[in-house]
Amino acid sequence: MVRVELTRHLFQFFPDLEGRELLVEARDVAEVVRELETLAPGIGFYLCDERGRLRRHVNVFVDGAMVMDRARLTDTVEPNGRVLIMQALSGG
Amino acid sequence: MTARILVGTRKGTFLVEKTNGRWTPRLAGHPGAGVNFVARDPYTGTLWAALGHGHWGAKLSRSTDDGATWSDAPQIKYPEGARYLAPAEPTEDGSDEGLGPTIKPATLLKLWVIAFGPKGRIYVGTIPGGLFESHDGGESFELNRPLWNHESRGGDLFTGKGSGMTHWFGTPASEGEFAPGIHSIVVDPRDPQRILVAVSTAGVLESTDGGRTWRGRNKGLTMDYLPEPEAEWGHDPHFVTLSAGQPDHVWQQNHCGVFYSADGAATWKKVSQPEVGVHFGFPVAVDAKDGRTAWVVPGKSDMQRITIDGSLFVARTTDGGQTWQQLREGLPQEHAYDVVYRHALDNSGDHLAFGSTTGNLYVSEDRGDSWQTAANNLPPIYSVRFG
Repeated sequence: MVRVELTRHLFQFFPDLEGRELLVEARDVAEVVRELETLAPGIGFYLCDERGRLRRHVNVFVDGAMVMDRARLTDTVEPNGRVLIMQALSGG
Repeated sequence: MTARILVGTRKGTFLVEKTNGRWTPRLAGHPGAGVNFVARDPYTGTLWAALGHGHWGAKLSRSTDDGATWSDAPQIKYPEGARYLAPAEPTEDGSDEGLGPTIKPATLLKLWVIAFGPKGRIYVGTIPGGLFESHDGGESFELNRPLWNHESRGGDLFTGKGSGMTHWFGTPASEGEFAPGIHSIVVDPRDPQRILVAVSTAGVLESTDGGRTWRGRNKGLTMDYLPEPEAEWGHDPHFVTLSAGQPDHVWQQNHCGVFYSADGAATWKKVSQPEVGVHFGFPVAVDAKDGRTAWVVPGKSDMQRITIDGSLFVARTTDGGQTWQQLREGLPQEHAYDVVYRHALDNSGDHLAFGSTTGNLYVSEDRGDSWQTAANNLPPIYSVRFG
């Protein structure tokens, strides 16, 4: 199972996810987002736009490396991989 | 009706009510989030907010308990295949320079304004240039395709390449891109099939059949910034509104002055008077009973978007813009540089309220004759609505 960790900023919109161990079956980042959407309906549109592209100020790391494909989210995830979903440091 | 003011700011939604003789704001939702617009649906009582989360995109939020709790509403998304013509962006090597507009897939950049009609009608104006409508009280929203596919913006790009020519330009309000935006939606209370929208930068369009067909309504508007000042398109209305009781009286604060129409936007007349400080600005409010009475909050000019001489005033006309009166009592008259955005002035009966990007909120209970300060240290204010 892939372990997913979310920035705590997302818990203000999806409080039910806080404190939960998020384990999903996924082979790539797109499937991680799809699985998260089933756990927390609506979260996919927080992470990606309506065309499925990662939002500009959202960063995703797979086993410590930032994903390369932000348009189609095809970066692969190992069966026991760790995916970190963070917000970029931006704004004011 | 007891007056209450809904305030959308860069850092949350505030409710402002009069308690013990003082207008007092309180944070009522979306702490830390950008709130472009917040208003009450007069038909259902539901509060609606257009949010712009810096990281997480634009979201619609609603409250059915008068602001005590908020939750995400069904979200607005451009349908697959929605495309628009955007100005060509020069590439690093300059190879695209001089080429015409490019076809771009649409994704939601900004929710800008929300309007309400009877029978569950809710309208949302977006960037890039979308009018979304709900016929079921906001349970679902659909892009209005006749307006999206309008000939003025290049025709139907869902199924083809259209005409290749758009007259809808961009607005700097589009979150880092340069795309057109719909910031004004007016549903005629006399006939809800009649809808006016205003687009930065294109102009005003009207539908008289509930949104199935649209036509430009820009006759009499003039532009100072284009080679053809009386062109049909390319106008920059900053805000358009009408008198609820006299819906043929339509007003707009435009980039190039204040314009008034007494014939339902069929023809416009410039009623600015720069000599009394009435010309540039963003918002305009109209009296609900008397369509000749309107208020604006002028800035100095498009080149200097600040107050005139560091003092703040509201201007009022009661004769369709023939004469204007400066209203200053209670407003700061020195060291004041308040800028008031297009959605940040509203009126209800004898009450008026406006908020500025410097976080000041002012309220009048006597049609603008005198003003009180309701708050000085709010976040930058984007929207002020009674409701």
